Amino acid sequence: MNPELAIEARGLGKRFGSLDAVSRLNLEVPRGQIYGFLGPNGSGKSTTIRMLCGLLTPTEGTATVLGTEVPGDSRALKPRIGYMTQKFSLFGDMTVAENLQFIAEIYSYPLDERKTRIEHLLDNYDLRDQRAQLAATMSGGQKQRLALACAVLHHPELLLLDEPTSAVDPQSRRDFWADLFRLAEAGTTILVSTHYMDEAERCHRLAILDRGVKVADGTPAELKAGTGMNVVEVTADDPYRAQTLIAALPDVASVTQLGVRLRVLIPESRGEADERIGAALSAAGIDATASPSTATLEDVFVAVTLKPRTLAA
Amino acid sequence: MMSLSRLAAIIRKEVRQLRRDRLTFGMIVGLPIIQMLLFGYAINTDVRNLKTAIANQAGTHLSRQFVAELAQTQVVNIVSHTQSPEALEALLRRGEVSIGVYLPSDFDRRVVDRDRSAVHLLVDGSDPTILGVANQLQNMPVQFDSAERERDRQAAVAVRPYYNPERRTPINIVPGLMGVILTMTMTLFTAVAIVRERERGNLELLINTPVSSAELMVGKVIPYIVIGMLQMALILGVGRLLFDVPVRGSLIDLYLAATAFIAANLALGLFISTAAKTQFQAMQMTVFFLLPSILLSGFMFPFDGMPRFAQYLGELLPNTHFIRLTRGIMLREASIEELSVELLSLAAFTVLAMTAAALRFTKKLD
Repeated sequence: MNPELAIEARGLGKRFGSLDAVSRLNLEVPRGQIYGFLGPNGSGKSTTIRMLCGLLTPTEGTATVLGTEVPGDSRALKPRIGYMTQKFSLFGDMTVAENLQFIAEIYSYPLDERKTRIEHLLDNYDLRDQRAQLAATMSGGQKQRLALACAVLHHPELLLLDEPTSAVDPQSRRDFWADLFRLAEAGTTILVSTHYMDEAERCHRLAILDRGVKVADGTPAELKAGTGMNVVEVTADDPYRAQTLIAALPDVASVTQLGVRLRVLIPESRGEADERIGAALSAAGIDATASPSTATLEDVFVAVTLKPRTLAA
Repeated sequence: MMSLSRLAAIIRKEVRQLRRDRLTFGMIVGLPIIQMLLFGYAINTDVRNLKTAIANQAGTHLSRQFVAELAQTQVVNIVSHTQSPEALEALLRRGEVSIGVYLPSDFDRRVVDRDRSAVHLLVDGSDPTILGVANQLQNMPVQFDSAERERDRQAAVAVRPYYNPERRTPINIVPGLMGVILTMTMTLFTAVAIVRERERGNLELLINTPVSSAELMVGKVIPYIVIGMLQMALILGVGRLLFDVPVRGSLIDLYLAATAFIAANLALGLFISTAAKTQFQAMQMTVFFLLPSILLSGFMFPFDGMPRFAQYLGELLPNTHFIRLTRGIMLREASIEELSVELLSLAAFTVLAMTAAALRFTKKLD
C-alpha cells in the first residue's frame, strides 16, 4: 500500500440480491485532497462510502482505508474517520450544544479540552446563536453545519461525506465548500459524493460513477481533456428543431439543450465537426451558429456515461 | 470491551431525550395508574346481579317464596316477569336477560314428589361464566318447612378460602396486572426506542463512532430498568391505597422478582427492535406478544384450567412466571427461594432473548 494514499480499493463490489450496486471498483484517494464521487442517484456512491467505513460488507474485493483492511476489524478505524450521512442523523430532540457534547463524549475527547473544542466549533461553523436550539427546528443549512461540526469534532484523518449538500441552498453550499477547503488545507482527506457539477469541479480529483461502475477518474482538467470528444456549441432560434436535426446526423454522440444553446458531442476520430453541423443546419433552413467549444464537466459526464452505447453502434 | 464513559454518555442522552418526550413520560406514569383504576374496579370474577326473568305459572305461596329467596341470593337481578317458557326464551334470545326461571303450574306437587325438577333454569350458556354461576343455583333447597333447612344439610366438603377470604377480585388482579403493565411498557419502550433511532438515521451515525453494540444496548436499557422499578412502586402503592392489596412477603423478594422480569422484557424488546424495521412494526410485534401474556399467563384464567398445549405456550411467557412470583410473594407470603424455579425461568428467557438480540444486532447495515 502506498503511504501517500488514504484509500486504495481493489475490485470492490457490492451485490444486493440480483442488483450490482457497485462492481469492480478500483480507487486511489491521495491524502490531504478532496476527492469527489460524481454520479446520479443509484450510481453506487453511498454504497461505496458505506463499504469504505465498514457499514456494509463488500461482496467482492478489498480496500485499504488509512492502512486498515476493509472488510476487517473496523473498530480501530472508527476514531480516525468522520462520517456525515446523507440524511440528517443527529438528535433532533437535543440542542446543538448537547449534540456536540454527546459526540465529544462518545469519542472520549480529552475532558479538559472538550469545552474549548465545542466553543471553537460553535464559532467556526457559525452555530453560536443556535447553541441552545433543538436540532430538529434548525434550517437545512444549519443542520448541515452541525453535522459537519460533529463529523470533524474528533479531528478525523479521513472525512466521508455522503451528498452533504443535497438539502441546502446555494449560499450554504458555497460556505460549506469553504469549510471543506479549510479542512483539506489542514491535512484532512475528504471523500465527498455529489450530483452537482459545480461541486465536482471544485474537487482535486474525482471519480464518475454510473450504475455501480467507475467510468472515469482523474483531476477535473484531465477529465475534460480526455473525453475523446469534440464539443460544438450551437445557438439556434428554434433549438428544438435544431436538436432533432442534429441528433439524426451520423457521428453525433449526444445533443444536450441548455436554454437556446445546444451542446453537441462528436467523437474526435470523426474530425472537426462544427462546419459540418453548421452546413446541415443551414441546408435545413434553420438559423443557427455552430462553433467549437471546450468540454465542461457536464460534457465529460455525458460523454463517459454514453460510451457503452456509442461503442456498440 | 465496555467503556463506562461512553456508556454514561448513552444513558445521559437517553434520559435527556426521554425528559423531552412528554407523551412517553406521561405514559410511564399515567399508563399504570389508569390501567390499575380501570381493571382494578372493572374486572370482577365474582359474578352477581345477572339479569333474570321469571315465568311463575304456579302462583302459589311456595313458588312466590322461592322467587323471593332467589332474589335474596343477589346472584340474580329479577328484571321481568312473563307467563310462558316461550316468552322466557324470547327474552333470552334478545339478550335482555341471561337467566330465565320457569316454575310450572304443578310446582308444589313436584317439590313434594321429588321425581321431577320443580324449577327450570333457562341459561344463556354461551358465556361459561354465567353458566357456572347458574349452576350454583342448582343446590338451592326448596322445601315446605324452610326452618328445617339449615339443620338438615351438612355439606360433605367444607371450603376454607385461604389468602383471600373476602373473595375480593383485586387481590388476585393487581399482582397480575403488574406483570401485564410492565410487559407492555418495558417491551414497547425499548423496542420503539431503538427502532426510532434506526428510522431517524441516528443509528447509522452511531455505528460509525467508537460506540460498541453492547454499550449501545446496555445504555439504552438501563434507564428503562429504573423506569420499570418506578412503575412497580406506583402499582404497589395504588394497589395498596385503593384496593387494599397487601404485600405479605418480603418487598426485597418482590423487587428481586421484578428485576428479573424487567430484564426479560427488555431483552425481548431489544430482540423485537432487531426484527422490526419501523416503529409501527415494533408496536405490532409487541401486541402480538402482549395478548398471550394477558390470556395465557394465568392473569385472566386459572393456568391449571388451560389445555396442555396452551400451558406449554404459557410457560414460555415471562409474565406467567412473574405472576406466579408476585401472587406467591404478595398474597401467600412465599419466599423467593420457594419460587426459585420461576426466577430461573425468567433468567433463562432473558439470556435466550438477549443472545438472539445480540446475534442479530450488528454494527452494520446489511
